[in-house]
Amino acid sequence: MADVRFIDEVCSIPGGEAIRSCIQCGMCTGSCPTASRWDYPPRQAIAMVRAGLRDELLSSNSMWFCASCYTCTVRCPRDIKPTDIMHVLEVLAIRNGLSTKRSRTPVMYQCFVDSAKGNGRVYELGMMLKFFLRTNPFAALKLAPVGLRLLLHRRLPLKPSRIKGIGELKAIMDKARALGGAK
Amino acid sequence: MKHYSYFPGCSTEATASPLGLSVLPVAKELDMELIELEDWNCCGSSPYGSVDKLEATCIAARNLALAEKTGLDLVTPCSNCFVTLHGANVHLKEYPALKEQVGKALAAAGLDYKGGVRVRDLAEVLYSDITPEAIRAKVTKPLKGLRVAPYYGCQLVRPDGFDDPEFPHSLDELVASLGADVVPWQLKAHCCGSSLVMPEPEVALELINKLLRNAQENGAQCLATPCPLCQINLDAYQSQVNSRFKTKYNLPVLFLTQLVGVALGIKPDALGLSRNIVSPMRVLAPYL
Repeated sequence: MADVRFIDEVCSIPGGEAIRSCIQCGMCTGSCPTASRWDYPPRQAIAMVRAGLRDELLSSNSMWFCASCYTCTVRCPRDIKPTDIMHVLEVLAIRNGLSTKRSRTPVMYQCFVDSAKGNGRVYELGMMLKFFLRTNPFAALKLAPVGLRLLLHRRLPLKPSRIKGIGELKAIMDKARALGGAK
Repeated sequence: MKHYSYFPGCSTEATASPLGLSVLPVAKELDMELIELEDWNCCGSSPYGSVDKLEATCIAARNLALAEKTGLDLVTPCSNCFVTLHGANVHLKEYPALKEQVGKALAAAGLDYKGGVRVRDLAEVLYSDITPEAIRAKVTKPLKGLRVAPYYGCQLVRPDGFDDPEFPHSLDELVASLGADVVPWQLKAHCCGSSLVMPEPEVALELINKLLRNAQENGAQCLATPCPLCQINLDAYQSQVNSRFKTKYNLPVLFLTQLVGVALGIKPDALGLSRNIVSPMRVLAPYL
């Protein structure tokens, strides 16, 4: 069912507001290196925001295939920054518990964020292990040779590194959460 | 001597340790003082901005607030840290309501950010401040005859890069200043799939394959990139590409600073050359 407030929701998050200027030219989809994988490629995703197809879009795999290459952003003739809009759609999907299970990217991002927040620095090995345990431990077997090579080349430390000001960082993030979402 | 505040980024301590290692001796040779930002934290990277905008801006802003106290430009060797910290900086300027929220959050830790930091990518600093001409004058081991494909990736040049966003030339000039032969290739600023390599390996492996094929077909003996994600994807996943697509690539992928270091006569150990997965020792042997 169409939700006419969807576009306001997108516009309320920094980076989302330019969506109103889209002329549906398709430059974003034509420029996207992963568009063939999206349920709804970038141009169509933008059209769906304006048509109010909220849950259908937010529960799709679309924006999770954005690799943040910014090619669409530098080519867009209306300067609407489609990359930023995809990030806004990701934020809304997570905030509303709609992020799809058909893409493993939302879980990976969450593991990354937990690691960054927990230690103040990302602990790559821990983040990778957590990601595979939460998605598909068998997929880890396929990538095990990559991890092993990184380990043998001293590029995957076994111990996390933690900042001294972790309490300070926690205070900042707690306050941010108390303030609610970005305005 | 030029002074900068230095933001290494998490990966320089781990998967991009050859970058972390090679930056320091190269900076020293080029009369740059990189003063590590005291107790810096993760920039938040692209994933954080896709999970929560306010928290993402706050985690980046702690670094900006710390850097502002130094009064120096904040330089990072990581393209993703650059895009993230620079992006947070721009958003804080463009959205006063966001700035107010972030200000309140920072105040919880006794910090304040006025908005005065200039965030820069190390590759841009090498090009604009140090300049290819000055680097050329310091080269002791010219990389004569070495065919290098400069790989820009995305976030060094997009969305707000210092070079042409689709047909950049700065790394070409930097590589040429080392005496190497610059390989012209079409995909030099195309996407490698970045962190999608973990959740969606099929998508990323296909993009990596295209890049390696294009560089090889144009005669490259190795690639040079400033970006940690690009380097890891093209280097550490090269054997995955070979088994997936029945290819036989054996293309070393160097960090730009490693290549600069070799030309400046810095010892291989100090540049972390043994940490590259596809060994660059054979193609670099004549210059070591």
